Amino acid sequence: MNVALRGGGKAAPAWRAILAMTAMELRLTLRRGETLVATAVLPVIVLFFFSSVTVIPVGAGRPVDFLLPGSIAFAIIATSLVSLGITTAYDRYYGVLKRLGGSPLSRADLIVAKIVAVLVVEAVQVGLLVGAAALLLRWRAPGDVSVGLVVIGVLLGTMAFAGLGLLLAGTLRAETMLAVANILFVASLVLGGVVLPIDHLPAPLTAVAGALPAAALSDVLRVALGGSGEAGGSLALLAGWGVVAVGLAAAKFRWE
Amino acid sequence: MTAVADRSAAIEVDGLTKRYGGRPVVDDLSLRVAAGETFALLGPNGAGKTTTVEILEGYRRPDGGSVRVLGVDPARGGRDHRARVGLMLQGGGGVDPRMTAREVLRLHGRFHAAPRAADELLELVQLGEAARTRYRRLSGGERQRLGLALALVGRPELVALDEPTAGMDVEARAATRGLIGRLREEGVTVLLTSHDLTDVELVADRIAIIDRGRLVAIGTPAALTGGAAPVLRFRVEVPLEASEIADLAKSLGVPVERDGVAYRVLGAAATPALVGALAGWCEGRGVLIAELRTGGGSLEERYLELVGGATEAAP
Repeated sequence: MNVALRGGGKAAPAWRAILAMTAMELRLTLRRGETLVATAVLPVIVLFFFSSVTVIPVGAGRPVDFLLPGSIAFAIIATSLVSLGITTAYDRYYGVLKRLGGSPLSRADLIVAKIVAVLVVEAVQVGLLVGAAALLLRWRAPGDVSVGLVVIGVLLGTMAFAGLGLLLAGTLRAETMLAVANILFVASLVLGGVVLPIDHLPAPLTAVAGALPAAALSDVLRVALGGSGEAGGSLALLAGWGVVAVGLAAAKFRWE
Repeated sequence: MTAVADRSAAIEVDGLTKRYGGRPVVDDLSLRVAAGETFALLGPNGAGKTTTVEILEGYRRPDGGSVRVLGVDPARGGRDHRARVGLMLQGGGGVDPRMTAREVLRLHGRFHAAPRAADELLELVQLGEAARTRYRRLSGGERQRLGLALALVGRPELVALDEPTAGMDVEARAATRGLIGRLREEGVTVLLTSHDLTDVELVADRIAIIDRGRLVAIGTPAALTGGAAPVLRFRVEVPLEASEIADLAKSLGVPVERDGVAYRVLGAAATPALVGALAGWCEGRGVLIAELRTGGGSLEERYLELVGGATEAAP
């Protein structure tokens, strides 16, 4: 064989490395069956199941008006906290983060690639949930829809939950991360204003839930999709969580 | 040590010290690897080989001293520096278990401006048939070979291979030695660590033996073994009983070890007095010496002498 082994030694431009890594993250997402259940199947089940039963006190409007933004918030938590957190914890466990750290791809490039992959998955989730609600549950926006606010809500929500996911992934053992992520996922269903308005919770829980990012995200999306009310307070709360979570993740993340 | 960078040196290590929990793992280590040289770090488990290599790879920062790899501080080297250095981590690991062998090589290839094609690399390490096999289904030896291929994706100027032949079968080990030889011919600097003295003796231009983080010997394989004290070996007509070996050792004052059909006197150089003492013991027992030889040891003997000696001398 007459293959020269030497003579390269230059890195590809950062954008090409990030693009390749993003594409690989997306391909691997499709191979992780258990993650697809959390990110794609469960939010759809939440939307349809709770739309069809009358146990949920969702106020004056139709159940789907409440549940569509809630299921989108749930989907975003599934992708940016649960899926990103668990896969990153296992990447660390398998030494994938270490090996990539020795390649021309920088650590910042890797995080960017993971976040871009998360945003792509979230765009698909939003499309899927809105499409399913409109076609199968005859959802029509109860008021003016603000696409800009949907985008801002998704971005701030991703910042907060991906920050938390990476903070946990970078500090906990992989098995612990798996358990913690699943507990937080279930908790967000109840405390996140996903299927139940948080003011229907027992009073102390309402106060706790009101300070958490999940309910803030549901709230922003509800306003963005034509619900009544103001999103300002929830946006500020979500942004605060985002700044703190990303800051802590950057400070505490251990690569090995 | 001179502060002026040596232009022909691919790796410069000056007074390198690294501590874990106050305990020095690498202790005032200094060495130079010339560009194009194949250089082996040899030492027992816990000697500090991997720590040293990981500092050179930029994964860890020294507590004292300095290192330069291709003229750059590896902890600060950017993407272009990392593109010039190919790595193989211990165990060949660091791959998502869901990725196939070919995907891993393609992905890492995209981080480089002029990468080696994935299929060529798979052929090179004889993994062609496993191209579409997911990492989790590869055997330990196959993972090692994939790790080796991964080190070569970017056509590096320098490769750092941590235990490249560990877990490989005889054939794969020979192929790996051949590949390292080819890298050497093309002028690639190779830094490797190993437990396997045969591999090291066959491929390395120079060997550094380290023990407890300190350099105990450095030189070409020939120079290292040439400097070894002559070892006394003998064979007798009727094999000795275990109790006789013990008695002989007691009489000589040093351990005696069975070495195949022969015996070897450990821990003491072959001197006329030692030969006389052995002959005297044999005469007293009526044992006929069939063969007696003194002479330069193998790299293994030299290694055991250096590393064993350092162990005994330690407080």
